[in-house]
Amino acid sequence: MTQLALVIDLNVCVGCHACVTSCKEWNTSGQAGPMPDDNPYGADPSGVFFNRVQTYEVGSFPHTETVHFPKSCLHCEDPPCVPVCPTGASHKREADGIVLVDYDKCIGCKYCSWACPYGAREFDEHSQVMKKCTLCVDRIYDQTLPEQERKPACVMACPANARIFGDIHDPDSQASQMIREQQGYALMPELGTQPANHYLPRHIRRGSDDSA
Amino acid sequence: MHPAFSVIFLTTLIGVGQGLFIALNIGQVFDLARDDINLGHGFYAWGGFLVLSFLALGLIASVFHLGHPERAWRAVTQWRTSWLSREVIVLPLFMLIVFAYMLGHFNGMDAEQSLTLGLVGIIVCFTLFVCTGMIYACLRFLREWATPLTVVNFILFGSASGFIFAAAYAGWAGQPELLELFGEIGAWLTLGALVSRGWTLKRNAELRARPKTTTQTATGIHHPEVRQTSMGLMGGSYNTREFFHGMKALAVRRIKGFFLVMVFPVTLALLLAGTALDSAFLVSLAFLAQYLGLIAERWYFFAQVNHPQNIYYQQVG
Amino acid sequence: MQTGSAVTNNGNIEVKNTTCYMCACRCGIRVTLQDGIVRYIQGNPDHPLNQGVICAKGSSGIMKQYSPARLTKPLKRKAGAERGDSEFEEITWDEAFDILEKRLAHLRATDPKKFALFTGRDQMQALTGLFARQFGTPNYAAHGGFCSVNMAAGMIYSIGGSFWEFGGPDLEHAKVLMMFGTAEDHHSNPLKIALSKFKRQGGRFISVNPVRTGYSAIADEWVPIKPGTDGAFIMAMMRILIEEGLVDEPFLVDYSNSAQLVIQDPQHPDFGRIARNTQGSPLVWSGKRQQAVSFDAREDGIVLDGAFTLADGTPVKTAFRLLKEQLAEYTPEYAEQITGIPAADIVRLARELGETALTKGGELPIAWTDCWGRQHASISIRPVAFHAMRGLAAHSNGFQTIRAFSLLLSLLGTIDRPGGFRHKAPYPRPIPPGPAIPSSPDDVQPGKPLNGAPLGSPASPDDLFVDANGQPVRLDKAFSWEHPLSLHGLMHNAITNAWRGDPYPIDTLLIFMANMAWNSTMNTSEIRKMLNDKRADGEYKIPFLVVCDAFQSEMVAYADLVLPDTTYLERHDCISMLDRPISEYDGPVDSVRIPVVPPTGQCKPFQEVLVELASRLKFPAFTNEDGSRKFKDYPDFITRFETAPGSGIGFLAGWRGKDGSKAMRGEPNPRQWEMYEKNNCVFHYHLPREQQYMRNWNQAYLDWAHENGLIGKNAPIVIQVYSEILQEFRMAAEGRRPGKQPPEHLRERVKTYCDPLPFYYRPLETQRSDCDTYPLNAVTQRPMAMYHSWDSQNAWLRQIHTYNYLYMSPRLGQQGGFEDGDWVWVESMHGKVRCMARFSEAVEPGTVWTWNAIGKAAGAWNLDPEANEARKGFLLNHLIAEELPPGPEGEHLSNSDPITGQAGWYDVQVRVYKAEEDEDFSWPQFPAQPTVPGEPSRPDTLAYHAARGGAANPAPTPWHEQFADKLAPLTQPLQGIGKRIVSAITGEKD
Ligand SMILES: Nc1nc2c(c(=O)[nH]1)N[C@H]1C(S)=C(S)[C@@H](COP(=O)(O)OP(=O)(O)OC[C@H]3O[C@@H](n4cnc5c(=O)[nH]c(N)nc54)[C@H](O)[C@@H]3O)O[C@H]1N2
Ligand SMILES: Nc1nc2c(c(=O)[nH]1)N[C@H]1C(S)=C(S)[C@@H](COP(=O)(O)OP(=O)(O)OC[C@H]3O[C@@H](n4cnc5c(=O)[nH]c(N)nc54)[C@H](O)[C@@H]3O)O[C@H]1N2
Ligand code: SF4
Ligand code: SF4
Ligand code: SF4
Ligand code: SF4
Ligand code: SF4
Ligand SMILES: [Mo]
Repeated sequence: MTQLALVIDLNVCVGCHACVTSCKEWNTSGQAGPMPDDNPYGADPSGVFFNRVQTYEVGSFPHTETVHFPKSCLHCEDPPCVPVCPTGASHKREADGIVLVDYDKCIGCKYCSWACPYGAREFDEHSQVMKKCTLCVDRIYDQTLPEQERKPACVMACPANARIFGDIHDPDSQASQMIREQQGYALMPELGTQPANHYLPRHIRRGSDDSA
Repeated sequence: MHPAFSVIFLTTLIGVGQGLFIALNIGQVFDLARDDINLGHGFYAWGGFLVLSFLALGLIASVFHLGHPERAWRAVTQWRTSWLSREVIVLPLFMLIVFAYMLGHFNGMDAEQSLTLGLVGIIVCFTLFVCTGMIYACLRFLREWATPLTVVNFILFGSASGFIFAAAYAGWAGQPELLELFGEIGAWLTLGALVSRGWTLKRNAELRARPKTTTQTATGIHHPEVRQTSMGLMGGSYNTREFFHGMKALAVRRIKGFFLVMVFPVTLALLLAGTALDSAFLVSLAFLAQYLGLIAERWYFFAQVNHPQNIYYQQVG
Repeated sequence: MQTGSAVTNNGNIEVKNTTCYMCACRCGIRVTLQDGIVRYIQGNPDHPLNQGVICAKGSSGIMKQYSPARLTKPLKRKAGAERGDSEFEEITWDEAFDILEKRLAHLRATDPKKFALFTGRDQMQALTGLFARQFGTPNYAAHGGFCSVNMAAGMIYSIGGSFWEFGGPDLEHAKVLMMFGTAEDHHSNPLKIALSKFKRQGGRFISVNPVRTGYSAIADEWVPIKPGTDGAFIMAMMRILIEEGLVDEPFLVDYSNSAQLVIQDPQHPDFGRIARNTQGSPLVWSGKRQQAVSFDAREDGIVLDGAFTLADGTPVKTAFRLLKEQLAEYTPEYAEQITGIPAADIVRLARELGETALTKGGELPIAWTDCWGRQHASISIRPVAFHAMRGLAAHSNGFQTIRAFSLLLSLLGTIDRPGGFRHKAPYPRPIPPGPAIPSSPDDVQPGKPLNGAPLGSPASPDDLFVDANGQPVRLDKAFSWEHPLSLHGLMHNAITNAWRGDPYPIDTLLIFMANMAWNSTMNTSEIRKMLNDKRADGEYKIPFLVVCDAFQSEMVAYADLVLPDTTYLERHDCISMLDRPISEYDGPVDSVRIPVVPPTGQCKPFQEVLVELASRLKFPAFTNEDGSRKFKDYPDFITRFETAPGSGIGFLAGWRGKDGSKAMRGEPNPRQWEMYEKNNCVFHYHLPREQQYMRNWNQAYLDWAHENGLIGKNAPIVIQVYSEILQEFRMAAEGRRPGKQPPEHLRERVKTYCDPLPFYYRPLETQRSDCDTYPLNAVTQRPMAMYHSWDSQNAWLRQIHTYNYLYMSPRLGQQGGFEDGDWVWVESMHGKVRCMARFSEAVEPGTVWTWNAIGKAAGAWNLDPEANEARKGFLLNHLIAEELPPGPEGEHLSNSDPITGQAGWYDVQVRVYKAEEDEDFSWPQFPAQPTVPGEPSRPDTLAYHAARGGAANPAPTPWHEQFADKLAPLTQPLQGIGKRIVSAITGEKD
């Protein structure tokens, strides 16, 4: 069985937010859109985004690291957001493991978002349905796009090539290989959600006689 | 979590309805068992009407929680997996039974029929309590909720408030024996709720000290000092609105204090006075006090939950 | 939503290529339109620069295109309204052109200096510069002077090329990268692509920066340096390299002037100059023959390090020896004191660089021939790359720091070698490069073009653009004794100088694409007053102010005449080899923009405005011999313009020749635009492999570059370890040189700073600050998701940065008694601002920093006056003065590098202290700037969807809100009661 996913390489992510806005740009006019914005030109502008880039600081000066941390829906293999949905709008596809919301079925009860520990769902207050990363399902199978463009918008945009898209159940996929070779890990493993998206950790390369 | 008022009203109102329904049936048992009590169909019929009204009000409140109430019917489809779906099935079912109960009494159905309907109703009523409680208790990661105590609390609070309401109802209906009876049961239920809610509070306070999910597990960065410096957005988003109550710690503590005082001592005092003096008015006050307290209790029930997603939304930068 | 055919299938879909301009990086983009509305902007996979990727800004182009801050009509300040009030009336383009034509024709015919043209993040300086020159005014500059001229001048005058746009690190072959003072988005996408590959390939990345964000975040080692002290760090590393023999001696001997002999006799008329033979060839010392020989003879056994006596008895030392002597005081311990970097780390890092460069490289089997006819079988790899930007440049000691930096690269032999620093066409250029500037007031004549280019590169004191008294001819005092090598002008002093009338008052100031009432100005609050200040007779001190912008910026509010520009998606443009092209290491690249959507409203490309004005004013280059107009419009101008009649060199290098078959040089091709359009809007010329390296001395390359007009002569470009040009200025200051002389008060300054060898000094402003009172360095960084001031109107980007904090070590909070998130005052000796503190461990504890240009003036950019940008955001510029405090060198010296005039943005010293309880918004605040006629209205919600009308698609109101609105009259009193109950319980208001 296929499980499509993103592998995010924290070793090279520079935190540029390209994945954030390219995602918004593709999806707002796509089937998952629109992704509305409130107060777009006023105080506290706030909008629907499927992907965010956060920043963490590790350690204290001068041994500080800054880690940029992109996060979208992790397309969990055991997605807690699915069974709780009373309407079946929130579902995980058999064929490729993508977790989606069917806007036509969603009653906007928000229950799925309570069940997601990752804060990966965003409610569209205007059309009153739950929205989230679709793994760009309307790109990746689109036969009218050239083959090399049948990838999520965020993956295509990423200047650091820090986002790898692929089938993590296929041991030969680049995604699986990178997870294997670079100690790819899942977020909040203690929760047993088995996120399909994986993260590759930082690797520090030291100089020859760098004792620091 | 950000407390949703529609859900606060839904759960508290149907709780009263459910408790009241149980009380009516207990009342009927007494009615049958004791010669000095003779209530007549009107009491049950109007009682059923009141139950139905509470349930209906709760239902209306819940509709405001939905973005698309016109599609609410779809919510019955996932009963295999979703407690919410189950609730959506059980609540109308319960209402149907109550409706039949009410209609039956208006049409003078006999005691046997009433008790049978009542028994079925009580089973469904408890099922409803379980569904409502499980909606919260089944969310494993929301550790403040993920305990059987959640279901127990729902049952005890609903029943207590329902019995106290029933006591007031009996009082106004000129049934001092029942006022006393319901009042006493209501008091015991309130005390039971005090124990289970108290236990829950203690349990949850301890949970905070032993977080299972931390910034480290959330990011996979295993270092004792990991701090978020930016959540990636500044003007707020669904994630910063839905999962944070947005109140200062002091305000939250005051709300907790308010509910603890209102739901327990104030209610009990008024209730004891009411039953002792046979005052429907005081018992009504007891109900009002408890209900207000329960709104605060339910608010706190949401607010206390520290959703693991909040780890990702700590800092604007 | 379900799977199905992509939306791109619906409606009328068109895909068009053009070049991004959400920032100056100029990536290739592919724009998908759906029924004429922008659906999607992606990176063009066939573009050499970004190879298909795109950044956060580029992906948000839609929100720029449909921004409510857009200007759509030409505007004239309302009679009676003051500048800054932003009160305008609409006029037609005909009226606008009439006004401009009359005014400019008069100035041109009487005193062309009175017209000044300053442009900001302009990517068409070849055209704006030509316009100024043809007009006859010297008063032209673009952003370079306040941006990074130190980087350009410091490196070009040393190695003939520079970081910025003219060169970069070869990360494909490098093993170690040391990056100095580069934030997060310089050379945005290409650098990110390269950094990622470099890291994955096992490269080690070291970042030298007081702050660790962006690029530095993924560095393997962070070297937190105190701002303004890199010179000391670099000098110390050079000292260690030399001490430990970790320098590329053959490279230095062959390709730099290190071995050349500098005259040491103070009595000698040429003291401090390089000794030459009678043919003018520099002398070096032959160890074999024990005598001075010509550098160009290429003998073996030349001595790098020594002191000798020439045959005539003149004592000489090699330049290298002088460098060594200069380095003597820069011990690691000394550098530690200055920079805060532990001495052991300095030693370790220097060794790592030296060892990697000299022992980990190997050879690339590419045969080439040098300028002296010597054939080489291969090219040495020097796998140590560097990158540097404004962290070095934006200090008033930046030029000498960057000189030191260039020498560090040279010691390691990394110049235009694989793994090191690589040039990009049109560089390398001779030292000095570029066109001659005018050098006398007589070069400015009414009715005539300027005699020389307004900007260029002086080679000696006699090239300075000063009058007989040594006083500047330019308004911004560029190319004067105050800032002799100010190659890019000093735009940051233009307004102050014009306001003060020093050196003279002007009449008309035309500002294009620069927000000089806000972020590209130092001392912003005062500048805003100057723009609005009047003479005794009621006339403005700067009488006429024309602003060409695409958006309602802070600057627009001050205009007398506003010219609404198109956006990058609406216009033709070219990224020209005559300017700052987007070349790659392997050869020249230029590119174009071709409109993908029609202009909005009355918007007109500024290019067209210039061509129209130039034609109306009958500039020679724009007029036929019979006096008729030469070019129909901008595209026609680009196709047919040649740098000289028949030169075959024009703005675009691709598809030249009648049929488009020629590259770089050839007759104009009437179908050139079409050919660009068919080829992804980009032209990439691949040099043969043997011309891709060692280009300073690569005969085949230099011949080719010369033939194609990139350089004036095909002579070797020898690295200037010892800068003879600076020595000439120093000699003038010492009075040891005939020709132009500095005014007395500047002699000491010129003598001190024009040191032919690099040295470290404390930045000028720091020297004059009370560092006990103001102990902290304050700097800014650009965030990746915002371009200067112009993205606050972008609904998506402003959600990422809608206001800014001042980042600082938590220690400052402990000392000052404030918490993370508290409001604080930041004060410099020039003023103060109020902002919020954000604690961070990723900043050197003596430094505070913020994102640049996030704070905005209320009402600008069509933002709600209550928007976070105005209420919580702040601008550091209010604290930074454009002039130094008065001193022995005079009164109104620019706060800039004493050599290049580079604005010293990052020199300011501050202190931080807690604000009062009720001071909970940023300060200073300005009266809200009203919107202008023609600006679209500002929606409360957006639900952008191309197929549903784009930005015009309103977000629906959910049913319960509609319901609540209907019930509002009933529920409001209840709500009031509810609120009161809640606040009674919680004790919280609202
Ligand atoms: N997204 C985005 N990209 C841009 C721009 C933009 O506005 N937004 N602007 C473009 C323009 S015009 C330019 S000029 C470039 C500039 O690109 P950069 O040169 O990267 O620009 P700055 O943001 O000025 O960053 C200066 C860096 O130097 C550090 N620094 C400050 N002082 C010192 C010092 O003394 N020593 C060292 N070692 N470091 C120091 C600062 O911490 C900061 O990281 O970016 C271009 N790219
Ligand atoms: N404190 C501090 N200040 C700094 C810096 C710093 O590091 N710290 N950096 C400095 C540097 S390096 C630079 S380069 C400057 C940049 O400063 P500016 O050159 O002033 O850059 P922007 O703020 O981008 O403003 C450019 C103007 O161009 C307008 N514009 C955008 N697109 C178009 C267009 O297509 N056509 C026209 N006509 N106008 C357009 C925008 O609306 C805006 O008003 O800032 C400098 N200011
Ligand atoms: S686009 Fe790539 S590099 Fe940029 S933030 Fe996203 S993952 Fe990181
Ligand atoms: S990340 Fe959240 S929304 Fe996505 S599949 Fe997992 S639980 Fe569901
Ligand atoms: S919000 Fe929509 S998708 Fe989520 S649980 Fe409710 S019905 Fe399902
Ligand atoms: S996969 Fe698509 S929807 Fe998901 S974050 Fe990336 S761009 Fe957005
Ligand atoms: S770096 Fe981004 S904004 Fe700049 S030109 Fe490239 S895509 Fe456009
Ligand atoms: Mo710049």
